[in-house]
Amino acid sequence: MDDQPQDQPITTLLAVGTKKGLWLGTSIDRSNFTFTGPHFLMQEIPSIGIDTRGGKTRIMVGLRSEHWGPTVAHSDDFGATWQEPDHGAITFPADTAAALERVWQIQPDSADQPGVVWAGCEPISVWKSTDGGEHFELNRGLWDHPHRPEWGAGFGGAAAHTVLPSANDPGTIHVAMSTGGVYRSTDDGETWEARNKGITAYFMPDPLPEFGQCVHKIARDPNSSGTLYAQNHHGVYRTDDNADTWNSIADGLPTDFGFTILTHPSRSGTAWVVPIKADGERIPPEGQMAVHRTDDGGATWKRLADGLMEPDYNVVLRDAAAVDNAEPAGIYFGTRGGSVYASANEGEHFVEVLTHLPDVLCVRAAAVEL
Amino acid sequence: MSVPPPSSFSGVVMAKEVTVLVPRLLQTMVGGSEELRLDVGDGASVAQLLDVIGAQFPKFNRRLRDETGALRRFVNIYVDGDDVRRLDGLATQVAAGREVMIIQSVAGG
Repeated sequence: MDDQPQDQPITTLLAVGTKKGLWLGTSIDRSNFTFTGPHFLMQEIPSIGIDTRGGKTRIMVGLRSEHWGPTVAHSDDFGATWQEPDHGAITFPADTAAALERVWQIQPDSADQPGVVWAGCEPISVWKSTDGGEHFELNRGLWDHPHRPEWGAGFGGAAAHTVLPSANDPGTIHVAMSTGGVYRSTDDGETWEARNKGITAYFMPDPLPEFGQCVHKIARDPNSSGTLYAQNHHGVYRTDDNADTWNSIADGLPTDFGFTILTHPSRSGTAWVVPIKADGERIPPEGQMAVHRTDDGGATWKRLADGLMEPDYNVVLRDAAAVDNAEPAGIYFGTRGGSVYASANEGEHFVEVLTHLPDVLCVRAAAVEL
Repeated sequence: MSVPPPSSFSGVVMAKEVTVLVPRLLQTMVGGSEELRLDVGDGASVAQLLDVIGAQFPKFNRRLRDETGALRRFVNIYVDGDDVRRLDGLATQVAAGREVMIIQSVAGG
């Protein structure tokens, strides 16, 4: 009997949250997926977190029923069963007089912070769990921030929609909110400062305010903690100084509008966006869906559309795109028209793996051990 | 005031009981019961009824009310057919023998 170690095929888990339920797929080639679902039929799934730390897989989902409100559930068996704390994973303390509207982001921290999971919510708030996402505590530093009365609501609601802890710089966290812009903490969330210098807000009297920008998504470089990318409400930016200053990297893109931005899980300088024509014309340019990738930090962009259906007049929402943690990286995105695409080669070729779903709100993917 | 276990239901409403009808979608959160009966003595508010039910079935309570105690926008509660929003809201008093119906409103797309 041959006892040579053999490479085990890597299984990729793809989680697709829609306006009316959750679909979970697995694949060993990232092209052919076997799906289960809908889980949580008729519930909106605006956020998903896949936690693979410690060799285990926990799927966490933010749920929201129009009738019954929001909650968080998790599964440790790939969706076969779900658990929900009796009193809720995220509940506003009584003194805030606030109520949870929607969980926009569930973000596991780095491998050396086991059990730590961050959440971003509506109303604008950041939460931290130290028990793997079963119970979260409100971040008081951001909740009590003096800017709060001036933060606004985008069309989707006033939310902290992105929370980025830093694996390479413990204690540093970046949060993006709509509308309010980017905020940074360097003391593990005790205090927060607006960090939007260089990002325009054309819809405000002062187009370069300290805060108030409508940032749609930010993503961190995997190796350089101080390098981040931002897709704004018109504007694509990069910072190399931990968000102290931002510079446009939109040249070379067909448009600077869009909702999502992704960075490579291990290679610096690579990012993806999905351009939308304009604020006032929210469709892919010319009705042709395309992903654009940079491999040089935004100096140049490559249009990627092989395998995408044409025409397509749907947009990709801020969390409806994901990158996995494999090599080469897999890219996934879903549209408001209910199509979900997967690419096993960083966007060079896409395969439609789901179609005719409800509006896709959130997509996440990760290599997992079954 | 407490919620007796479903197995104790006799099918006969006792003199000081209120019957709470549970919407089908939430019945799994109250042990599968279609209705709950609560002894309210001389009467209780809707909020007090929900407090008692919620102490035993917290997930059910969270589906009806947010953490401030407010009734969720698309949840309706009727006392003997009258919408509590047209009465005193969750402060509406419920006397023994009355029926409280919880039902989701027509909403969504």
